[in-house]
Amino acid sequence: MPVEMLWLVIALPLLGALFLHFLGRRIGEPLSGWLASAAIGTSFLIALVAAFPFIEGGAHGETSLLWEWMPAIGASLEIQWDPLAALMTLVVTGVGSLIHVFAIGYMHGDERFGRFFTYLNLFAASMLTLVLAGNYAMLFLGWELVGLCSYLLIGFWYTRPSASAAAKKAFVVNRIGDFGFMIALMLVFTSFGTLSFAGVFERAPEILDTGTATAIGLLFLVGAAGKSAQVPLYVWLPDAMEGPTPVSALIHAATMVTAGVYVIARSAAIFDLAPAASTTVATIGAITALWAATIAIAQRDIKKVLAYSTVSQLGYMFLAVGSTAYVAGIFHLMTHAFFKALLFLGAGAVIHAMADEQDMHKMGGLLKRMPTTAITMGIATLAIAGIPPLAGFWSKDEILASVFERGGWFSVLFVVGLITALLTAFYMTRQWVLVFLGEPRWEEGADPHKAPRVMSVPLIVLAVLSVVGGLINTPFRLTLEHFLEPVWEGISIQHPPEGIGMFLILGGLSVFAGLVGVAAAYMTYRRPMESWRSFEDGFEPLWGAWEDAYRVDDIYGRTLVAPGRKAAEVSAFGIDLPVIDGAVNGVAAVFTDLGRRLRPLQTGYVRNYAALLLAGGLVVVAWILAGGL
Amino acid sequence: MVDPSWYMTLAAVLFVIGALGMLSRRNALVMFMCIELMLNAVNLTLISAGRAMNDLNGQVATFFILVVAAAEVVVGLAIIVAIFRRRSTASVDELNEMSG
Repeated sequence: MPVEMLWLVIALPLLGALFLHFLGRRIGEPLSGWLASAAIGTSFLIALVAAFPFIEGGAHGETSLLWEWMPAIGASLEIQWDPLAALMTLVVTGVGSLIHVFAIGYMHGDERFGRFFTYLNLFAASMLTLVLAGNYAMLFLGWELVGLCSYLLIGFWYTRPSASAAAKKAFVVNRIGDFGFMIALMLVFTSFGTLSFAGVFERAPEILDTGTATAIGLLFLVGAAGKSAQVPLYVWLPDAMEGPTPVSALIHAATMVTAGVYVIARSAAIFDLAPAASTTVATIGAITALWAATIAIAQRDIKKVLAYSTVSQLGYMFLAVGSTAYVAGIFHLMTHAFFKALLFLGAGAVIHAMADEQDMHKMGGLLKRMPTTAITMGIATLAIAGIPPLAGFWSKDEILASVFERGGWFSVLFVVGLITALLTAFYMTRQWVLVFLGEPRWEEGADPHKAPRVMSVPLIVLAVLSVVGGLINTPFRLTLEHFLEPVWEGISIQHPPEGIGMFLILGGLSVFAGLVGVAAAYMTYRRPMESWRSFEDGFEPLWGAWEDAYRVDDIYGRTLVAPGRKAAEVSAFGIDLPVIDGAVNGVAAVFTDLGRRLRPLQTGYVRNYAALLLAGGLVVVAWILAGGL
Repeated sequence: MVDPSWYMTLAAVLFVIGALGMLSRRNALVMFMCIELMLNAVNLTLISAGRAMNDLNGQVATFFILVVAAAEVVVGLAIIVAIFRRRSTASVDELNEMSG
């Protein structure tokens, strides 16, 4: 498959979206869903064929120009096909296809079934634009489009006030990040005179000084923190769970939220010149990882646990790319896409079965009712907990080992990462045990049922990927690293320590942390409800703070949103209304008043007009006679 | 030859009669006639001044005024007739809807 054909990867889902937009309602359920799945599935196959030269090794990236958009600033529609783009495309289309298929079952009976798949396909096209872009302008186009799709899909059930509020929140918070991103792009343009990747990365060392590189890097971080839900801009992601669960799986776990990681990894050449920016990225990542993990521990809503878990895992990825361990970061991005998509889809199946119940306190004992979901979610739980030989172990271990190898300040971040690993294992196991084991705590009338095959097959495929996905990059066989090698030629990359001994020590440490977390959660939550309730109460007031997510929304509301509203109020009712409107209305009022005073002159009697005319004429004549002219 | 001041005086008298009639009468038709009176007073002034100064422009201007006045009479009378048909009156005091 030549690179010239790759535009099809973007065009297929885009055409799908267009077609379904106009005809989705007519062709109805489930055909519109299968059509959307076919569009993105074909994209996956095309990408797979096109990626073969990289898998065989030795092939370098190529770009193909589709259309000269703004050639003067290096912003054209061009596709850059290199191993990084290939991997991202495969993850987006592969996991995306599975989620499309799952959604056919999940959205069954929804009034706007066709519209849902319109948005999903549009999202896929946007995300592929982002990862296949050959310059920052096209990347930004995709970046904004995925934000729009995210907004549309979070607010898909817009009749719920909470859903439309969450959609708005996601959009506004993302705008804050986008603002930083835009300034970064302007800086790139003023420094390089072009936005194309080729032009920027090749000349970065000769053009950028450390100060400018650091500024660009930090501004990229602002944008990435918005899109990838890092501290302090992560608050939109938990709320985004108002969207349908397949959306949470596709956009808010597997693909869109990883865009920030992708941008930083893509801009490695710039971060290479700005160690301070890289360290900031890593630190933000570590803080986010620990912060979100503690919140996830105490959540009751099954999707909120996964949301905070996603924030936390994205923190891991930032920690990795900030430590310049780009391969590890992208590796974790990929494995995380597998098991987190699986977890979300599993949670979706559970919610579906429990008739839209999301409170884990009202679940329990579902293992017997839905064994496929339970087992696949169990695999994903162990994978994210970092138990070997599942996917999460290899990627997480590579991150932690690389961070450890970096030393210095990064040793502190390593410890933070290790604690997070323990917490991750704990809260994920807690969730699994609460949902699937123990006595049923269902509400009256609940009748959990097995998921239909269209939902369970994607779960099984993702479970297989969660098991074997990590094997593509083990210390014994660095397939992924060799695959990605051409992307970061000439850039110093952090590797995990050499030697099997260090691997055993660091791996053992993280496995130990994972096992402790799993065991502790299992021992605690396997027992009856009163027992683990008192265990949770034992952590007060810490547990309450975690359950309320540290009241960050409250604090933002009071310190940022309320003053913002106040400022808007002052400018609307204090400045706009009295000053601007006042000036305009004042001018009008003067003339209205003048008119009212002059009105009596118009009596309507011809005689009066004639008399005035005559008087006027006499005055003129008198004036002339008096020698006025 | 009669002194032009006589013509001028006659024209002034005619004009004042027209102006006073215009101010005092209420019937639109009569007011119209007063306007004609004033116009012709002006015509007389122009012609006599022209003759006194041996200048044809006075008569030329008068012809223009006559033509325009004829056109104006057509329109004005038509309006008055139309109003009279609608209202059965031509009293301008009853036609004061345009007051401010």
